[in-house]
Amino acid sequence: MIEITGLHKSFGKNHVLKGVELSLVPPGLIAILGPNGSGKTTLIKSILGMVIPDRGEIEVDGASIKKAWEYRRQISYLPQIARFPENIRVRELIAMVKDLRGETEMDVSLISYFGLQPFLDKKLGNLSGGTRQKVNLVLCFMYDCPIVILDEPTAGLDPVSLVRLKKLIKTKREEGKLILITTHVMDLVEELAEEVVYLLEGNIHFRGTVAELKEKYQGRNVEESIAALLQKDGPFSLGAVASNGHAKVPETLLEN
Amino acid sequence: MFKIFKYSFFDLIRSRWTYIYAGFYFLFTLGMLMLSSDLSKVVISSMNVVLILCPLIATMFGVMYYYNSREFTELLLSQPIKRTSIFTGQFLGLATSLSVSLLVGAGIPFLMFGVFGSDQAGNFLVLLFNGVVLSFIFAAISFFIALKNEDKIKGFGLAILVWLLLAVVYDGLLLLGLSWFRDYPLEKASLIASVLNPIDLSRVMLLLKLDISALMSLTGAVYRKFLGSGVGMAISVAVLLIWTIIPTLGIRRVCLRRDF
Ligand SMILES: Nc1ncnc2c1ncn2[C@@H]1O[C@H](COP(=O)(O)OP(=O)(O)OP(=O)(O)O)[C@@H](O)[C@H]1O
Ligand SMILES: [Mg+2]
Repeated sequence: MIEITGLHKSFGKNHVLKGVELSLVPPGLIAILGPNGSGKTTLIKSILGMVIPDRGEIEVDGASIKKAWEYRRQISYLPQIARFPENIRVRELIAMVKDLRGETEMDVSLISYFGLQPFLDKKLGNLSGGTRQKVNLVLCFMYDCPIVILDEPTAGLDPVSLVRLKKLIKTKREEGKLILITTHVMDLVEELAEEVVYLLEGNIHFRGTVAELKEKYQGRNVEESIAALLQKDGPFSLGAVASNGHAKVPETLLEN
Repeated sequence: MFKIFKYSFFDLIRSRWTYIYAGFYFLFTLGMLMLSSDLSKVVISSMNVVLILCPLIATMFGVMYYYNSREFTELLLSQPIKRTSIFTGQFLGLATSLSVSLLVGAGIPFLMFGVFGSDQAGNFLVLLFNGVVLSFIFAAISFFIALKNEDKIKGFGLAILVWLLLAVVYDGLLLLGLSWFRDYPLEKASLIASVLNPIDLSRVMLLLKLDISALMSLTGAVYRKFLGSGVGMAISVAVLLIWTIIPTLGIRRVCLRRDF
Protein backbone atom coordinates (compact mmCIF):
# COMPACT_ATOMS: atom_id res chain seq x y z
CA MET A 1 0.00 0.00 0.00
CA ILE A 2 1.23 3.49 -0.86
CA GLU A 3 -0.07 6.59 0.89
CA ILE A 4 1.05 10.01 -0.29
CA THR A 5 -0.04 13.17 1.50
CA GLY A 6 0.69 16.80 0.67
CA LEU A 7 3.71 16.02 -1.49
CA HIS A 8 5.62 19.07 -2.73
CA LYS A 9 8.72 19.07 -4.84
CA SER A 10 10.55 21.88 -6.57
CA PHE A 11 13.70 21.84 -8.63
CA GLY A 12 14.93 25.36 -8.17
CA LYS A 13 12.07 27.61 -9.28
CA ASN A 14 10.32 24.78 -11.05
CA HIS A 15 7.50 23.73 -8.71
CA VAL A 16 6.81 20.25 -10.08
CA LEU A 17 4.59 18.66 -7.46
CA LYS A 18 2.19 20.93 -5.58
CA GLY A 19 0.65 18.96 -2.79
CA VAL A 20 -0.09 15.61 -4.37
CA GLU A 21 -2.45 13.35 -2.44
CA LEU A 22 -2.61 9.77 -3.56
CA SER A 23 -3.61 6.54 -1.93
CA LEU A 24 -2.94 3.30 -3.72
CA VAL A 25 -4.15 -0.01 -2.39
CA PRO A 26 -3.33 -3.41 -3.88
CA PRO A 27 -4.35 -5.15 -5.97
CA GLY A 28 -4.59 -2.79 -8.90
CA LEU A 29 -3.10 -1.58 -12.12
CA ILE A 30 -2.92 2.18 -12.17
CA ALA A 31 -1.73 4.29 -15.08
CA ILE A 32 -0.07 7.54 -14.07
CA LEU A 33 -0.55 9.89 -16.99
CA GLY A 34 0.29 13.47 -17.76
CA PRO A 35 2.07 15.61 -20.32
CA ASN A 36 5.86 15.63 -20.63
CA GLY A 37 7.36 17.28 -17.60
CA SER A 38 4.20 17.00 -15.49
CA GLY A 39 6.11 15.20 -12.76
CA LYS A 40 5.28 11.53 -13.26
CA THR A 41 8.86 10.41 -12.96
CA THR A 42 9.40 12.80 -10.07
CA LEU A 43 6.42 11.28 -8.25
CA ILE A 44 7.70 7.77 -8.84
CA LYS A 45 11.23 8.61 -7.81
CA SER A 46 9.86 10.18 -4.65
CA ILE A 47 8.21 6.88 -3.78
CA LEU A 48 11.54 5.16 -4.30
CA GLY A 49 13.40 7.68 -2.19
CA MET A 50 15.55 8.81 -5.11
CA VAL A 51 14.00 12.26 -5.11
CA ILE A 52 13.72 13.86 -1.68
CA PRO A 53 10.39 15.71 -1.24
CA ASP A 54 10.35 19.28 0.04
CA ARG A 55 7.22 18.70 2.04
CA GLY A 56 4.69 15.97 2.56
CA GLU A 57 4.68 12.40 3.63
CA ILE A 58 5.00 9.12 1.80
CA GLU A 59 4.16 5.86 3.48
CA VAL A 60 4.69 2.40 2.10
CA ASP A 61 2.92 -0.35 3.98
CA GLY A 62 2.08 2.05 6.77
CA ALA A 63 5.61 3.25 7.51
CA SER A 64 7.20 6.53 6.45
CA ILE A 65 9.90 6.11 3.84
CA LYS A 66 11.93 9.00 5.18
CA LYS A 67 15.51 7.77 5.71
CA ALA A 68 14.23 4.21 5.27
CA TRP A 69 15.60 1.79 2.72
CA GLU A 70 14.38 -1.68 3.52
CA TYR A 71 10.93 -0.96 2.11
CA ARG A 72 12.54 -0.98 -1.34
CA ARG A 73 12.64 -4.76 -1.03
CA GLN A 74 8.89 -4.56 -1.63
CA ILE A 75 9.30 -2.67 -4.90
CA SER A 76 10.25 -3.76 -8.41
CA TYR A 77 11.24 -0.59 -10.27
CA LEU A 78 11.79 0.01 -13.94
CA PRO A 79 13.49 3.37 -14.48
CA GLN A 80 12.42 5.49 -17.44
CA ILE A 81 15.91 5.91 -18.78
CA ALA A 82 17.95 2.78 -18.37
CA ARG A 83 21.35 4.11 -17.52
CA PHE A 84 23.90 1.39 -16.98
CA PRO A 85 27.64 1.30 -16.50
CA GLU A 86 28.81 1.18 -20.12
CA ASN A 87 31.71 -1.20 -19.98
CA ILE A 88 30.40 -4.18 -18.09
CA ARG A 89 28.64 -7.15 -19.62
CA VAL A 90 24.94 -7.94 -19.29
CA ARG A 91 25.79 -11.14 -17.41
CA GLU A 92 28.00 -9.23 -14.97
CA LEU A 93 25.36 -6.59 -14.33
CA ILE A 94 22.72 -9.19 -13.53
CA ALA A 95 25.15 -11.04 -11.26
CA MET A 96 26.00 -7.77 -9.54
CA VAL A 97 22.38 -6.92 -8.78
CA LYS A 98 21.83 -10.46 -7.50
CA ASP A 99 24.87 -10.15 -5.27
CA LEU A 100 23.55 -6.90 -3.85
CA ARG A 101 19.88 -7.69 -3.59
CA GLY A 102 19.88 -11.41 -3.00
CA GLU A 103 19.60 -14.69 -4.85
CA THR A 104 16.83 -15.29 -7.35
CA GLU A 105 16.26 -17.77 -10.12
CA MET A 106 13.78 -15.78 -12.13
CA ASP A 107 16.48 -14.06 -14.16
CA VAL A 108 17.06 -17.23 -16.20
CA SER A 109 13.48 -17.54 -17.40
CA LEU A 110 13.20 -13.79 -17.98
CA ILE A 111 16.33 -13.78 -20.11
CA SER A 112 14.89 -16.40 -22.41
CA TYR A 113 11.43 -14.81 -22.25
CA PHE A 114 12.86 -11.60 -23.70
CA GLY A 115 15.37 -13.41 -25.91
CA LEU A 116 18.43 -11.91 -24.29
CA GLN A 117 20.73 -14.97 -24.39
CA PRO A 118 22.75 -13.75 -27.40
CA PHE A 119 23.50 -10.51 -25.60
CA LEU A 120 24.66 -11.83 -22.24
CA ASP A 121 28.33 -11.37 -23.03
CA LYS A 122 27.95 -8.02 -24.74
CA LYS A 123 28.92 -4.80 -23.04
CA LEU A 124 25.95 -2.67 -22.04
CA GLY A 125 27.32 0.33 -23.88
CA ASN A 126 27.10 -1.59 -27.15
CA LEU A 127 23.46 -2.65 -26.86
CA SER A 128 20.64 -1.16 -28.89
CA GLY A 129 18.08 0.94 -27.08
CA GLY A 130 15.42 -1.77 -27.12
CA THR A 131 17.84 -4.42 -25.91
CA ARG A 132 18.87 -2.20 -23.04
CA GLN A 133 15.23 -1.83 -22.16
CA LYS A 134 14.93 -5.62 -22.06
CA VAL A 135 17.88 -5.82 -19.67
CA ASN A 136 16.14 -3.15 -17.66
CA LEU A 137 12.99 -5.31 -17.62
CA VAL A 138 14.89 -8.41 -16.49
CA LEU A 139 16.48 -6.50 -13.62
CA CYS A 140 13.08 -5.16 -12.63
CA PHE A 141 11.07 -8.36 -12.81
CA MET A 142 13.62 -10.81 -11.45
CA TYR A 143 12.41 -10.13 -7.94
CA ASP A 144 8.90 -10.99 -6.98
CA CYS A 145 7.72 -7.85 -5.19
CA PRO A 146 4.21 -6.86 -4.11
CA ILE A 147 4.64 -3.39 -5.65
CA VAL A 148 5.70 -2.95 -9.28
CA ILE A 149 6.52 0.51 -10.63
CA LEU A 150 7.13 0.83 -14.37
CA ASP A 151 8.22 4.16 -15.85
CA GLU A 152 7.59 4.01 -19.60
CA PRO A 153 8.05 0.25 -19.85
CA THR A 154 7.35 0.02 -23.57
CA ALA A 155 9.99 2.51 -24.69
CA GLY A 156 11.95 1.12 -27.61
CA LEU A 157 10.43 -2.36 -27.60
CA ASP A 158 9.57 -4.19 -30.82
CA PRO A 159 6.02 -5.59 -31.22
CA VAL A 160 6.93 -9.13 -30.14
CA SER A 161 8.57 -7.94 -26.96
CA LEU A 162 5.71 -5.55 -26.39
CA VAL A 163 3.20 -8.41 -26.47
CA ARG A 164 5.34 -10.39 -24.05
CA LEU A 165 5.70 -7.44 -21.70
CA LYS A 166 1.95 -6.88 -21.64
CA LYS A 167 1.42 -10.54 -20.87
CA LEU A 168 3.92 -10.34 -18.06
CA ILE A 169 2.24 -7.28 -16.60
CA LYS A 170 -1.15 -9.00 -16.76
CA THR A 171 0.24 -12.02 -14.94
CA LYS A 172 1.60 -9.78 -12.21
CA ARG A 173 -1.78 -8.14 -11.90
CA GLU A 174 -3.48 -11.52 -11.58
CA GLU A 175 -1.07 -12.37 -8.79
CA GLY A 176 -2.63 -9.51 -6.86
CA LYS A 177 0.16 -6.96 -7.04
CA LEU A 178 -0.05 -3.20 -7.00
CA ILE A 179 1.24 -1.99 -10.35
CA LEU A 180 1.95 1.60 -11.36
CA ILE A 181 2.69 2.43 -14.96
CA THR A 182 3.49 5.69 -16.63
CA THR A 183 3.17 5.78 -20.37
CA HIS A 184 2.28 7.94 -23.31
CA VAL A 185 0.85 4.98 -25.21
CA MET A 186 -2.87 5.29 -24.72
CA ASP A 187 -3.60 1.90 -26.23
CA LEU A 188 -1.62 0.40 -23.40
CA VAL A 189 -3.76 2.26 -20.89
CA GLU A 190 -6.89 1.06 -22.65
CA GLU A 191 -5.69 -2.51 -22.61
CA LEU A 192 -4.19 -2.77 -19.13
CA ALA A 193 -5.20 -0.04 -16.76
CA GLU A 194 -8.03 -0.27 -14.30
CA GLU A 195 -7.52 3.22 -13.03
CA VAL A 196 -6.04 6.42 -14.36
CA VAL A 197 -4.28 9.11 -12.34
CA TYR A 198 -3.81 12.24 -14.42
CA LEU A 199 -1.11 14.66 -13.31
CA LEU A 200 -1.42 18.23 -14.50
CA GLU A 201 0.33 21.34 -13.29
CA GLY A 202 1.61 19.70 -10.16
CA ASN A 203 -1.59 18.14 -8.99
CA ILE A 204 -3.76 15.14 -9.61
CA HIS A 205 -6.26 16.52 -12.04
CA PHE A 206 -8.26 13.39 -12.50
CA ARG A 207 -8.47 10.07 -10.82
CA GLY A 208 -10.86 7.34 -11.71
CA THR A 209 -11.43 4.23 -13.74
CA VAL A 210 -10.92 4.21 -17.46
CA ALA A 211 -14.70 4.10 -17.92
CA GLU A 212 -15.12 7.15 -15.71
CA LEU A 213 -12.50 9.02 -17.70
CA LYS A 214 -14.30 8.35 -20.96
CA GLU A 215 -17.61 9.21 -19.41
CA LYS A 216 -16.43 12.48 -17.92
CA TYR A 217 -14.63 13.76 -21.02
CA GLN A 218 -16.91 12.20 -23.59
CA GLY A 219 -14.20 10.41 -25.57
CA ARG A 220 -14.65 7.21 -27.54
CA ASN A 221 -11.30 6.02 -26.24
CA VAL A 222 -8.69 7.08 -23.71
CA GLU A 223 -6.75 9.15 -26.23
CA GLU A 224 -9.77 11.24 -27.15
CA SER A 225 -10.73 11.66 -23.53
CA ILE A 226 -7.28 12.89 -22.59
CA ALA A 227 -7.29 15.27 -25.54
CA ALA A 228 -10.64 16.58 -24.39
CA LEU A 229 -9.36 16.89 -20.83
CA LEU A 230 -6.37 18.92 -21.99
CA GLN A 231 -8.50 21.08 -24.22
CA LYS A 232 -10.88 21.81 -21.43
CA ASP A 233 -8.48 22.28 -18.54
CA GLY A 234 -4.94 22.04 -19.78
CA PRO A 235 -2.31 24.58 -20.74
CA PHE A 236 -3.31 24.17 -24.38
CA SER A 237 -6.95 24.90 -23.78
CA LEU A 238 -6.94 28.18 -25.71
CA GLY A 239 -7.01 26.38 -29.00
CA ALA A 240 -3.34 25.76 -29.46
CA VAL A 241 -4.24 22.10 -29.77
CA ALA A 242 -6.41 20.90 -32.57
CA SER A 243 -9.27 18.62 -31.64
CA ASN A 244 -7.34 15.49 -32.49
CA GLY A 245 -4.88 16.25 -29.71
CA HIS A 246 -2.00 17.33 -31.92
CA ALA A 247 -0.56 20.81 -31.94
CA LYS A 248 -0.81 22.68 -35.19
CA VAL A 249 2.29 22.42 -37.29
CA PRO A 250 3.92 25.85 -37.51
CA GLU A 251 3.17 27.53 -40.84
CA THR A 252 6.86 27.95 -41.68
CA LEU A 253 7.33 24.21 -41.70
CA LEU A 254 4.53 23.80 -44.20
CA GLU A 255 6.03 26.07 -46.80
CA ASN A 256 7.61 24.38 -49.82
CA MET B 1 28.47 -1.07 2.54
CA PHE B 2 31.18 -3.67 2.19
CA LYS B 3 29.77 -4.92 -1.09
CA ILE B 4 29.68 -1.43 -2.57
CA PHE B 5 33.22 -0.90 -1.34
CA LYS B 6 34.24 -4.16 -2.99
CA TYR B 7 32.68 -3.22 -6.33
CA SER B 8 34.16 0.26 -6.37
CA PHE B 9 37.55 -0.99 -5.32
CA PHE B 10 37.77 -3.76 -7.92
CA ASP B 11 36.26 -1.56 -10.58
CA LEU B 12 38.96 1.04 -9.97
CA ILE B 13 41.86 -1.30 -9.38
CA ARG B 14 41.27 -2.77 -12.83
CA SER B 15 41.14 0.59 -14.53
CA ARG B 16 43.86 1.78 -16.84
CA TRP B 17 44.38 4.99 -14.87
CA THR B 18 45.19 3.11 -11.71
CA TYR B 19 47.91 1.21 -13.57
CA ILE B 20 49.30 4.40 -15.03
CA TYR B 21 49.32 6.05 -11.62
CA ALA B 22 50.97 3.12 -9.84
CA GLY B 23 53.33 2.64 -12.77
CA PHE B 24 54.47 6.23 -12.52
CA TYR B 25 55.34 5.87 -8.83
CA PHE B 26 57.09 2.61 -9.58
CA LEU B 27 59.24 3.93 -12.40
CA PHE B 28 60.01 7.18 -10.65
CA THR B 29 61.06 5.53 -7.38
CA LEU B 30 62.97 2.80 -9.15
CA GLY B 31 64.78 5.38 -11.27
CA MET B 32 65.73 7.44 -8.26
CA LEU B 33 66.95 4.40 -6.38
CA MET B 34 69.10 3.34 -9.30
CA LEU B 35 70.57 6.79 -9.71
CA SER B 36 71.34 7.43 -6.07
CA SER B 37 72.80 5.12 -3.49
CA ASP B 38 71.69 7.41 -0.69
CA LEU B 39 68.31 6.11 0.47
CA SER B 40 67.53 9.23 2.48
CA LYS B 41 67.88 11.39 -0.63
CA VAL B 42 65.46 9.16 -2.49
CA VAL B 43 63.00 9.41 0.37
CA ILE B 44 63.20 13.20 0.13
CA SER B 45 62.66 13.19 -3.64
CA SER B 46 59.77 10.78 -3.23
CA MET B 47 58.34 13.02 -0.57
CA ASN B 48 58.28 15.98 -2.92
CA VAL B 49 56.48 13.94 -5.52
CA VAL B 50 54.05 12.28 -3.10
CA LEU B 51 53.08 15.59 -1.49
CA ILE B 52 52.10 17.03 -4.86
CA LEU B 53 50.79 13.99 -6.66
CA CYS B 54 48.72 12.26 -3.97
CA PRO B 55 46.44 15.26 -3.38
CA LEU B 56 46.23 16.13 -7.08
CA ILE B 57 45.49 12.65 -8.34
CA ALA B 58 43.07 11.93 -5.49
CA THR B 59 41.24 15.14 -6.39
CA MET B 60 40.99 14.28 -10.07
CA PHE B 61 40.08 10.63 -9.53
CA GLY B 62 37.51 11.65 -6.92
CA VAL B 63 35.50 13.88 -9.24
CA MET B 64 35.97 11.64 -12.26
CA TYR B 65 34.92 8.54 -10.41
CA TYR B 66 31.82 10.20 -9.04
CA TYR B 67 30.62 11.48 -12.41
CA ASN B 68 31.57 8.33 -14.29
CA SER B 69 29.78 6.01 -11.92
CA ARG B 70 26.53 7.96 -11.83
CA GLU B 71 24.68 5.30 -13.82
CA PHE B 72 25.68 2.59 -11.43
CA THR B 73 24.88 4.85 -8.49
CA GLU B 74 21.37 5.40 -9.83
CA LEU B 75 20.87 1.68 -10.16
CA LEU B 76 22.05 1.18 -6.60
CA LEU B 77 19.76 3.91 -5.29
CA SER B 78 16.69 2.07 -6.49
CA GLN B 79 17.77 -1.08 -4.66
CA PRO B 80 17.21 -1.81 -0.98
CA ILE B 81 20.51 -0.30 0.10
CA LYS B 82 21.13 2.55 2.49
CA ARG B 83 22.15 5.77 0.79
CA THR B 84 25.00 6.47 3.15
CA SER B 85 26.34 2.97 2.53
CA ILE B 86 26.38 3.55 -1.20
CA PHE B 87 28.39 6.75 -1.07
CA THR B 88 30.64 5.85 1.85
CA GLY B 89 31.38 2.53 0.19
CA GLN B 90 32.23 4.23 -3.09
CA PHE B 91 34.47 6.77 -1.41
CA LEU B 92 36.30 4.12 0.59
CA GLY B 93 36.78 2.00 -2.53
CA LEU B 94 38.22 5.00 -4.31
CA ALA B 95 40.54 6.08 -1.50
CA THR B 96 41.71 2.51 -0.92
CA SER B 97 42.51 1.92 -4.57
CA LEU B 98 44.51 5.16 -4.67
CA SER B 99 46.38 4.11 -1.55
CA VAL B 100 47.11 0.67 -2.97
CA SER B 101 48.55 2.31 -6.09
CA LEU B 102 50.86 4.39 -3.94
CA LEU B 103 51.84 1.54 -1.63
CA VAL B 104 52.55 -0.85 -4.47
CA GLY B 105 54.05 1.69 -6.87
CA ALA B 106 56.38 3.43 -4.45
CA GLY B 107 56.69 0.59 -1.95
CA ILE B 108 58.01 -2.23 -4.09
CA PRO B 109 61.12 -0.43 -5.36
CA PHE B 110 62.08 0.56 -1.82
CA LEU B 111 61.59 -3.01 -0.67
CA MET B 112 63.70 -4.22 -3.58
CA PHE B 113 66.48 -1.93 -2.41
CA GLY B 114 66.26 -3.23 1.13
CA VAL B 115 64.73 -0.25 2.88
CA PHE B 116 63.86 -2.29 5.94
CA GLY B 117 67.47 -3.22 6.54
CA SER B 118 68.46 0.44 6.50
CA ASP B 119 68.08 3.39 8.82
CA GLN B 120 65.41 4.82 6.49
CA ALA B 121 62.72 2.29 7.37
CA GLY B 122 60.94 4.68 9.71
CA ASN B 123 61.09 7.59 7.28
CA PHE B 124 59.82 5.38 4.50
CA LEU B 125 56.81 4.32 6.58
CA VAL B 126 56.02 7.90 7.59
CA LEU B 127 56.18 8.85 3.90
CA LEU B 128 53.71 6.14 2.92
CA PHE B 129 51.46 6.94 5.86
CA ASN B 130 51.26 10.59 4.86
CA GLY B 131 50.66 9.65 1.22
CA VAL B 132 47.78 7.40 2.20
CA VAL B 133 46.27 10.00 4.52
CA LEU B 134 46.51 12.70 1.83
CA SER B 135 44.85 10.36 -0.68
CA PHE B 136 41.96 9.79 1.71
CA ILE B 137 41.61 13.50 2.52
CA PHE B 138 41.58 14.72 -1.07
CA ALA B 139 39.46 11.85 -2.34
CA ALA B 140 36.90 12.75 0.33
CA ILE B 141 36.99 16.46 -0.48
CA SER B 142 36.61 15.96 -4.20
CA PHE B 143 33.93 13.28 -3.85
CA PHE B 144 32.04 15.66 -1.57
CA ILE B 145 32.34 18.51 -4.08
CA ALA B 146 31.21 16.29 -6.95
CA LEU B 147 28.23 15.10 -4.91
CA LYS B 148 27.24 18.70 -4.23
CA ASN B 149 27.53 19.81 -7.85
CA GLU B 150 25.44 18.18 -10.49
CA ASP B 151 27.34 20.08 -13.16
CA LYS B 152 30.46 18.14 -14.07
CA ILE B 153 32.50 21.12 -15.20
CA LYS B 154 31.68 23.10 -12.09
CA GLY B 155 32.46 20.17 -9.81
CA PHE B 156 35.75 19.53 -11.52
CA GLY B 157 36.70 23.19 -11.42
CA LEU B 158 35.85 23.58 -7.75
CA ALA B 159 37.75 20.46 -6.75
CA ILE B 160 40.85 21.58 -8.61
CA LEU B 161 40.47 25.02 -7.07
CA VAL B 162 40.48 23.54 -3.56
CA TRP B 163 43.57 21.53 -4.41
CA LEU B 164 45.23 24.64 -5.80
CA LEU B 165 44.38 26.61 -2.68
CA LEU B 166 45.78 24.03 -0.30
CA ALA B 167 48.75 22.92 -2.37
CA VAL B 168 49.96 26.18 -3.88
CA VAL B 169 48.16 29.37 -2.88
CA TYR B 170 48.29 28.61 0.84
CA ASP B 171 52.08 28.36 0.87
CA GLY B 172 52.42 31.44 -1.28
CA LEU B 173 50.27 33.52 1.05
CA LEU B 174 52.12 32.14 4.03
CA LEU B 175 55.48 33.14 2.60
CA LEU B 176 54.15 36.52 1.62
CA GLY B 177 52.79 37.09 5.13
CA LEU B 178 56.04 36.00 6.70
CA SER B 179 58.09 38.35 4.58
CA TRP B 180 55.76 41.29 5.17
CA PHE B 181 55.86 40.86 8.91
CA ARG B 182 59.42 39.67 9.20
CA ASP B 183 60.10 42.10 12.01
CA TYR B 184 57.66 40.29 14.23
CA PRO B 185 58.19 36.97 15.94
CA LEU B 186 56.00 34.81 13.75
CA GLU B 187 57.26 31.32 14.48
CA LYS B 188 54.09 30.42 16.34
CA ALA B 189 51.81 31.84 13.68
CA SER B 190 53.61 30.02 10.91
CA LEU B 191 53.58 26.82 12.94
CA ILE B 192 49.83 27.07 13.39
CA ALA B 193 49.37 27.85 9.72
CA SER B 194 51.40 24.80 8.72
CA VAL B 195 49.59 22.50 11.08
CA LEU B 196 46.20 23.55 9.74
CA ASN B 197 46.96 22.64 6.13
CA PRO B 198 47.23 18.87 5.65
CA ILE B 199 49.81 19.11 2.89
CA ASP B 200 52.03 21.48 4.83
CA LEU B 201 51.61 19.42 7.95
CA SER B 202 52.65 16.28 6.10
CA ARG B 203 55.68 18.06 4.74
CA VAL B 204 56.73 19.33 8.16
CA MET B 205 56.23 15.92 9.75
CA LEU B 206 58.41 14.33 7.08
CA LEU B 207 61.11 16.97 7.10
CA LEU B 208 61.45 16.71 10.86
CA LYS B 209 61.50 12.96 10.66
CA LEU B 210 64.20 13.21 8.04
CA ASP B 211 66.12 15.53 10.34
CA ILE B 212 66.62 18.28 7.84
CA SER B 213 64.80 20.89 9.87
CA ALA B 214 68.03 22.85 9.73
CA LEU B 215 66.91 23.73 6.24
CA MET B 216 63.99 25.52 7.74
CA SER B 217 66.25 27.87 9.69
CA LEU B 218 64.84 29.75 12.64
CA THR B 219 61.38 28.36 12.63
CA GLY B 220 62.82 24.86 12.62
CA ALA B 221 63.40 25.03 16.33
CA VAL B 222 59.78 25.90 17.05
CA TYR B 223 58.53 23.13 14.79
CA ARG B 224 60.91 20.67 16.33
CA LYS B 225 59.82 21.55 19.82
CA PHE B 226 56.16 21.22 18.92
CA LEU B 227 56.25 18.08 16.80
CA GLY B 228 58.95 16.52 18.94
CA SER B 229 56.60 16.58 21.88
CA GLY B 230 54.00 13.88 22.37
CA VAL B 231 51.24 16.46 22.47
CA GLY B 232 52.38 18.10 19.26
CA MET B 233 52.52 14.77 17.46
CA ALA B 234 49.08 13.85 18.78
CA ILE B 235 47.70 17.19 17.61
CA SER B 236 49.21 16.68 14.16
CA VAL B 237 47.71 13.24 13.74
CA ALA B 238 44.42 14.56 15.08
CA VAL B 239 44.45 17.36 12.50
CA LEU B 240 44.99 14.85 9.70
CA LEU B 241 42.18 12.71 11.06
CA ILE B 242 39.85 15.69 11.26
CA TRP B 243 40.68 16.57 7.66
CA THR B 244 39.65 13.05 6.70
CA ILE B 245 36.57 12.79 8.86
CA ILE B 246 34.92 16.14 8.08
CA PRO B 247 34.58 15.66 4.32
CA THR B 248 33.58 12.04 4.88
CA LEU B 249 30.78 13.17 7.17
CA GLY B 250 29.99 15.81 4.56
CA ILE B 251 29.53 13.08 1.97
CA ARG B 252 27.13 11.23 4.25
CA ARG B 253 25.13 14.37 4.95
CA VAL B 254 24.90 15.70 1.42
CA CYS B 255 24.04 12.37 -0.13
CA LEU B 256 20.88 12.20 1.97
CA ARG B 257 19.56 15.40 0.43
CA ARG B 258 20.47 14.91 -3.19
CA ASP B 259 17.89 14.12 -5.87
CA PHE B 260 18.75 11.52 -8.47
N1 LIG C 1 16.94 16.15 -11.04
C1 LIG C 1 16.27 17.18 -11.56
N2 LIG C 1 16.77 18.42 -11.51
C2 LIG C 1 16.11 19.48 -12.01
N3 LIG C 1 14.93 19.40 -12.60
C3 LIG C 1 14.35 18.20 -12.70
C4 LIG C 1 14.99 17.02 -12.20
N4 LIG C 1 14.18 15.96 -12.44
C5 LIG C 1 13.11 16.46 -13.06
N5 LIG C 1 13.19 17.79 -13.23
C6 LIG C 1 12.17 18.67 -13.85
O1 LIG C 1 10.93 18.37 -13.26
C7 LIG C 1 9.89 18.39 -14.22
C8 LIG C 1 9.15 17.07 -14.19
O2 LIG C 1 9.99 16.07 -14.69
P1 LIG C 1 9.54 14.56 -14.75
O3 LIG C 1 10.70 13.79 -15.26
O4 LIG C 1 8.98 14.15 -13.46
O5 LIG C 1 8.39 14.60 -15.86
P2 LIG C 1 7.57 13.41 -16.48
O6 LIG C 1 6.15 13.65 -16.16
O7 LIG C 1 8.14 12.11 -16.06
O8 LIG C 1 7.82 13.66 -18.02
P3 LIG C 1 7.97 12.62 -19.23
O9 LIG C 1 6.60 12.32 -19.71
O10 LIG C 1 8.71 13.39 -20.28
O11 LIG C 1 8.72 11.43 -18.73
C9 LIG C 1 10.56 18.70 -15.54
O12 LIG C 1 10.37 20.07 -15.80
C10 LIG C 1 12.00 18.41 -15.32
O13 LIG C 1 12.81 19.25 -16.07
MG1 LIG D 1 9.07 10.63 -16.95
